[in-house]
Amino acid sequence: MLYREAGQFKASYKEDQQIFPIRQDRVGMAVILAIFFLAVPMFASEYWLQAILIPVLIFSLAAIGLNILTGYAGQLSLGSAAFMAVGAFGAYNFMLRIDGMPFIVALILGGLCSALVGVAFGLPSLRIKGFYLAVATLAAQFFIVWALVKFPWFSNHSSSGVISAQEVNILGFAFDTPVLKYLLTLAVVVVLALLAKNLVRSTTGRRWMAVRDMDVAAEVIGIRPMRAKLSAFAVSSFYCGVAGALYAYTYLGTVEPEGFNLDLSFKILFMIIIGGVGSILGSFLGAAFIVLLPIFLNVFMHSVFAGSLPAGLGSNLELIVFGGLIIFFLIVEPHGLARLWTLAKDKLRLWPFPH
Amino acid sequence: MKLKKSALIGAAIAGLLVSGYAAAQEQFIGLPSYRVGPYGSNGASLYGGWIDYMAMVNARDGGVNGVKLTWEECETEYNNARGVECYERLKNKGPTGNSVFQPLSTGITYSVLEKVEQDKIPMVTIGYGRTDAADGSVFPWVFPMVTTYWSQASAIVNYIGTKAGGMDKLKGKKIGLLYHDSAYGKESHAIMDKLAEKHGFELQKVAVAHPGNEQQAQWLQIRQQKPDYVILWGWGVMNATALRTAAKTGYSRDKIIGVWWSGSEEDAIPAGDAAKGFVAAGFNVAGANYPVIKDIQTNVYAKNAGNMEDKERVGSVLYNRGVVHGIITVEAIRTAQEKFGKGKSMTGEQMRWGFEHLNLDTKRLAALGAAGFMPDLKISCKDHEGAGKVKFQQWDGSKWNVVTDWIEADKPLVRGMIEESAAAYAKEKGITPRDCSKEM
Repeated sequence: MLYREAGQFKASYKEDQQIFPIRQDRVGMAVILAIFFLAVPMFASEYWLQAILIPVLIFSLAAIGLNILTGYAGQLSLGSAAFMAVGAFGAYNFMLRIDGMPFIVALILGGLCSALVGVAFGLPSLRIKGFYLAVATLAAQFFIVWALVKFPWFSNHSSSGVISAQEVNILGFAFDTPVLKYLLTLAVVVVLALLAKNLVRSTTGRRWMAVRDMDVAAEVIGIRPMRAKLSAFAVSSFYCGVAGALYAYTYLGTVEPEGFNLDLSFKILFMIIIGGVGSILGSFLGAAFIVLLPIFLNVFMHSVFAGSLPAGLGSNLELIVFGGLIIFFLIVEPHGLARLWTLAKDKLRLWPFPH
Repeated sequence: MKLKKSALIGAAIAGLLVSGYAAAQEQFIGLPSYRVGPYGSNGASLYGGWIDYMAMVNARDGGVNGVKLTWEECETEYNNARGVECYERLKNKGPTGNSVFQPLSTGITYSVLEKVEQDKIPMVTIGYGRTDAADGSVFPWVFPMVTTYWSQASAIVNYIGTKAGGMDKLKGKKIGLLYHDSAYGKESHAIMDKLAEKHGFELQKVAVAHPGNEQQAQWLQIRQQKPDYVILWGWGVMNATALRTAAKTGYSRDKIIGVWWSGSEEDAIPAGDAAKGFVAAGFNVAGANYPVIKDIQTNVYAKNAGNMEDKERVGSVLYNRGVVHGIITVEAIRTAQEKFGKGKSMTGEQMRWGFEHLNLDTKRLAALGAAGFMPDLKISCKDHEGAGKVKFQQWDGSKWNVVTDWIEADKPLVRGMIEESAAAYAKEKGITPRDCSKEM
């Protein structure tokens, strides 16, 4: 009953094609946005903003990036963290070397650098598929991190390859408190997430999905696989790059190339697997799951077993429980957390009068 | 999912509230430890030693002038994002917030470098972290204490000089630098290039990719170039592999000199016989025969309260390094209390004053039972490093034996580089260095 779209008639193409065609979705979205834009900054503590919400948002963006490539275009990638690094170092260098560079422009340029690099490393996807492509993108992961450490120009000749983000200043307004940084991150993520949502239901998105489902068939009906695959790599890397730049500018402040290591790439991959492959909502749910659960377990263990467990055992137990929960969720819901929402929607449609 | 998430959040808040409770007259120390992951065993020894020392101070003296030390661990997994979360979680605990943040990870150090200044929590990085932070006029809140990587490199070259029979004998010699190909390993380049130029030796840099468990090519290259000494700038599994491969290619191990992250039991034991004769630098020594370790044994382990699961590791290099962390933290609390009131909990700002005026001379170290255990240390507004000297230990196949006294670094050279680099940072970030002649 709650999710019944009966009675909502669409009188024009515009109405029919809008991003959220059902009224409940529109209202829900507006409420969620209002909560995150208005209520959260008012009530959340610095800890929640700095340590929880900002990283979840940034990783969600990176997960959307990977989801576009893997979930929608079907190209497996293990280089997401490296593309984040390109975005971070790209934005840093634009800010450093061009006087008066506006932050938003640097953010976009950082993302575009990442998109270029992504296209270059996406070229092998034209010939190889599946796990072999994953190995090819693994090369990107190692090569990019190596190059950022090897050539001191990228880090402005810092002795250890570390960059320290400049102050974020938009139109003379300094974003220097956790609340402002959170709002900036949220704004960027919301805009890009809505763009992604729109993109995947456009011609481009449908081309990606056609290539994902069967590239020979897609070619037969007139889709050029090269364009579809490379555009997926470009858009995906752009998202990862912007996420990387935010990671440096609104989250950590100082980043080193090794921070963007293979572990992080795997983490982003796990986010989309847990959250739901081929779902924008899933990217958010997966990022929240992977970022928050270990923290929750750590806090939980400390408050419940404080002192009664040897410290090493506690830490290992957290990992065991975390791994166990991942397996549990994959068995119970192999399509990811986003699928749970789809099921809930279907149920809510009939509730409280199931057949 | 919504319900689940809010349940998670609610439980997390409850957890924070429960563990955040603390009585007055306590000094809270947040421990961003790591006990799992590739470096978990290092973290377990280091934080174990540190916790044991604080437990010993509580048990033996009833805390610092009656102020009990309390602490809480937060697992970082040696991961930057988790480290930031731990930093934020720990920072407001205890009656006066976190006293000091010591993450034992260069990555986490960089990640919170700017936050500590805003939150007024001193960060102490003993033997790692950002080298040029030793310039206290630019980095008032960061203390890369005891020795920095650059001082260590310089001290190693000085040690090689004494072995060769004088610094002038280094001219024309070849020194290999086998380094971990990461920010950590590359930290050695600038200083080693400068030293090579100054002393006239030839530097041969050989990179080992992380994690470094295959080094055949590197050691063949070393065999061809025949350096007189090899400096091993390694981390983790790379160290044992280097020693084993050196043995296989026939490079004498007593000509390999390790840095302090290459010179622990965890590095030498896995290499087996191949490690025999290997020399490594360290700003603390191994061994359980020091009064401070004996105090821990009688006050903590005898009461079955020690933090180490494997009691054999009490007295190992990394455990003792944790004790050094404990000594420095506790003595800074003591120094701060002398200025701001004995028997009170110190705030972050007061702790910073305590660290900046820390003076552990040989007399004080002897009173602490740590004479010869760590170098004497005097911090000032300008100099946040303090000692800049290391001892060298040799592995005899079963334990580390100290083979030298404290060897000093080439201070003027290192200091010059630190100031130059710190000034560049200050310029990039628009920081005006504080005037140390006006600091009290």
